[in-house]
Amino acid sequence: MTGDADRMSCAEFQAQLSELIESGEDAATHPHVQGCDRCRALLAELETIAEAARQLFPSVEPPDEVWTQIESAIKREGK
Amino acid sequence: MPNSPSPAQASSRSRPNGGAEQPPAAEGQADQPSVAARPGSMDSAEGDVLARAQAGDHQAFAHLYALHKRRIYSLCLRMVGNVAEAEDLTQEAFLQLHRKIATFRGDSAFSTWLHRLAINVVLMQLRKKGLSLISLDEAMEPTPEEGPSRSFGAPDLTLTGAIDRLALERAVADLPAGYRLIFILHDVEGFEHNEIASMLDCSIGNSKSQLHKARLKLRDALRAQKRPEERS
Repeated sequence: MTGDADRMSCAEFQAQLSELIESGEDAATHPHVQGCDRCRALLAELETIAEAARQLFPSVEPPDEVWTQIESAIKREGK
Repeated sequence: MPNSPSPAQASSRSRPNGGAEQPPAAEGQADQPSVAARPGSMDSAEGDVLARAQAGDHQAFAHLYALHKRRIYSLCLRMVGNVAEAEDLTQEAFLQLHRKIATFRGDSAFSTWLHRLAINVVLMQLRKKGLSLISLDEAMEPTPEEGPSRSFGAPDLTLTGAIDRLALERAVADLPAGYRLIFILHDVEGFEHNEIASMLDCSIGNSKSQLHKARLKLRDALRAQKRPEERS
């Protein structure tokens, strides 16, 4: 963590955000975010998108024909 | 690629081929182990089924299909966005599983290994369709123009409200394949970064960073979709 982290601009913080996350740091606890409503809101928006995906995209059942086709192919390959 | 070949542990409880019938129902049913709850997890019952399937027990293989079919089909469907293609890819993924199951050594969770196999099938299909995807490495490295924009503007408060499913589906479908894959595996399927890193042969940090870029790109797309609505 740099001593100037809490004084960096939003552009500077967001430009290095990807690398920050890659390094394993929790972006939400970064000093800049602690004092910046805008960047805190950005992180919240990204979490909202992730949460929406969890809720809106249920897993889907394949039709029974898929298994029928798999069985037929297995039998053909076994001959 | 999935694990290199190694003799599989054969179970002494193998049964003969059970013939053509629908596999037992599995996910979401009270009397079956739920691998859907935690993607990479496997209980001892599934471990036993896996060992029997590795020994050539057709009924056990049918059980594995029943346990994993929803997740594999859903992954294929989200990646290609077409029901008929997703069915073909699911079929191909499980046929490859049938051919290679004896080589699974348990170095990673079975679900992780199966997903990696399915991902390769999907990426092959995307390559056939002419998309510039050759390998997992390339899927993980979208071109600069495919990356999220560097907009440092104020957050769009309209996104903090409800996100429309169709809008999100459209935005996910428009993501570059590598971002789409990471987003589906982590945010939709619930895999952890260490599992995704194992599937895609990348570092955990790379998985985290790619997911962040995917979410940023989705945010860009959702904001872009919102603007015309707001004007009308």
